[in-house]
Amino acid sequence: MKILVPIAKVPDTTSKIAFIDNNTKFNADGVTFIMNPTDEWYALVRAIELKEKQGGEVVVIHVGGADADQIIRKALAIGADKAVRVDADPTDAYFVAVQIAEHAKTENYDLIITGKETIDYNSFEITGMLAELLDMPAVALVSKLEVENGVATLKRDVEGGTETVEVKLPLVVGAEKDLALARIPNMKGIMSARTKPLAVVPATGADKLTNIVSYALPVKAKECKYVSPDNVGELVRLLHEEAKVI
Amino acid sequence: MAVLSFVEVADGKIKKASVEAAYYGSKVAESLGTDSIALVIGEAGADVLAALGQVGVKKVVQANNAKFNSFDSKVYTKIVAEAVAQSGATVVVLSFNNNGKLLAPRLSVKLKAGYVPGAVELPVFNGNTAIVKKNVFSGKASAQYQVATDVKVISVNPNSLAPVKGAGVAEVMQVIPTTVTDADFGVVVKSVDKITGTVPLTEAELVVSAGRGLKGPENWGMIEELAKEMGAATACSRPVSDVDWRPHHEHVGQTGLTIRPNLYIAVGISGAIQHLAGVNGSKVIVVINTDPEAPFFKAADYGIVGDAFQVVPALIQEYKKFKAAH
Ligand SMILES: Cc1cc2nc3c(=O)[nH]c(=O)nc-3n(C[C@H](O)[C@H](O)[C@H](O)COP(=O)(O)OP(=O)(O)OC[C@H]3O[C@@H](n4cnc5c(N)ncnc54)[C@H](O)[C@@H]3O)c2cc1C
Ligand SMILES: Nc1ncnc2c1ncn2[C@@H]1O[C@H](COP(=O)(O)O)[C@@H](O)[C@H]1O
Repeated sequence: MKILVPIAKVPDTTSKIAFIDNNTKFNADGVTFIMNPTDEWYALVRAIELKEKQGGEVVVIHVGGADADQIIRKALAIGADKAVRVDADPTDAYFVAVQIAEHAKTENYDLIITGKETIDYNSFEITGMLAELLDMPAVALVSKLEVENGVATLKRDVEGGTETVEVKLPLVVGAEKDLALARIPNMKGIMSARTKPLAVVPATGADKLTNIVSYALPVKAKECKYVSPDNVGELVRLLHEEAKVI
Repeated sequence: MAVLSFVEVADGKIKKASVEAAYYGSKVAESLGTDSIALVIGEAGADVLAALGQVGVKKVVQANNAKFNSFDSKVYTKIVAEAVAQSGATVVVLSFNNNGKLLAPRLSVKLKAGYVPGAVELPVFNGNTAIVKKNVFSGKASAQYQVATDVKVISVNPNSLAPVKGAGVAEVMQVIPTTVTDADFGVVVKSVDKITGTVPLTEAELVVSAGRGLKGPENWGMIEELAKEMGAATACSRPVSDVDWRPHHEHVGQTGLTIRPNLYIAVGISGAIQHLAGVNGSKVIVVINTDPEAPFFKAADYGIVGDAFQVVPALIQEYKKFKAAH
């Protein structure tokens, strides 16, 4: 089985969020970048588990600059077999999806497993866009994935529960927590990652359909109003009369 | 020209998130001086659909074939795209809910339309260009997206906009033509496992949540009681679901669900940044914690520094009194 795992690079969750150039650019100064958590913990590890059971190959792909090579090496250390980096600035989701789709079209993958939305832009765009560009079925928010005889059985989140579905491969899957148990790269993995192939390829020309014109931080920090533990009735009154939420 | 909103029906009712999407669509239509049309895929009662008029929908078109009852993103994309072509819609509105998160980006590709995921405000138009605000960095900042394509796709963040209901009745048109064939279907639903008897967390307007401060699973009775009294859903912090004090589907935060209820009551939760990532879009946050230095108070609207085992039972009593009086 051939599996492609697109991985994104995001600021570490504890990063300070600030903007520069008149609030048009994220301030990356002093920010540590990591692999998007759901990509690393769930999408990638489930892909590796399936390969370990059934044979085949796991390829990771990233659209971005050379500063991402570190997270790509980490994916190889965790157990991916090879990597592709499309050398371009990943500014627009459609542009990124086209790059990944162009690669996928040349390789006949059985499965493409993305993460959930990235923790910076919270967009949830690439999974659906890829599926449409490749004219494949897709299932997102997947917490269970088994493959047998060319058919995938998946559990996906629906409002207020889960649904179990069956889909023939090839297929695009969007991972969600519980899909796999996160793995930490071991010494052997880290050593072998250095020699695994990482191909850097140029971008395909593609339109950008959206453009971020500015960013803003919340206007003011919240001011907490304290209520005495001996006067809980006051909280109920405030929630009703002031906040108007009950 | 028209604005088309995609509306989902579950258990014979329009999903709350879809009512919001339809309302958003009507508001956009109003600002563009055009009609608000809603599309429903799958079987649904005509009276339920006509009620979309209350949020400004003029006309409801329906692909009401039982074959379309379960969600298949590829099939749905084809149907919505056909409805866009038939209605001449220039703006397509969906909810940024579970299905919308797959359907909207697919549609964006199919229509070559710029897409804004999870809008939190109505768009501002300047000629053919729309500027739409969305939250980024898990609600720690916002961004203005610019879209200038002829057709625009917008998904609406749940609980961002409270629909104002009027007395309108929408005209319900049965069955729109579609070219979907059996070959388009790929996803076969084998079983559905709904958590019954409780409010789904992502749809809930009120949420009562608790963390490690509760000491053990045996102490959740009061949390459930408070939630039941209020008609709220229950949630928890990650360590609590990790050790199985609570089921996994209740876990909110960076690695769990992202929710945006009107009211989030956090009991015995410290307010770690990864937890806040899932809840700081809530309209009003109440924090109950023994530690006055707990970081959660910085994100709270109302706080009680106190012991959950005293405050929560008192809150249940006070809420009962309130309910009896209102
Ligand atoms: C990469 C990553 C991802 C993560 N993702 C998530 C996530 O999605 N969701 C999540 O929740 N966490 C997540 N975490 C964990 C997070 O960092 C915190 O460890 C966790 O949220 C803490 O849970 P807690 O507040 O229940 O427990 P604690 O931090 O132990 O806090 C318990 C609180 O209860 C208070 N308390 C104690 N006794 C009482 C009492 N009698 N009455 C009232 N208050 C009392 C204490 O003062 C304390 O503030 C993640 C961590 C990492 C590193
Ligand atoms: N620049 C990128 N390169 C490769 N994959 C990406 C990139 N950005 C996002 N992805 C993938 O798409 C998923 C969803 O991201 P998004 O749609 O941007 O929220 C991520 O979890 C990744 O699997």
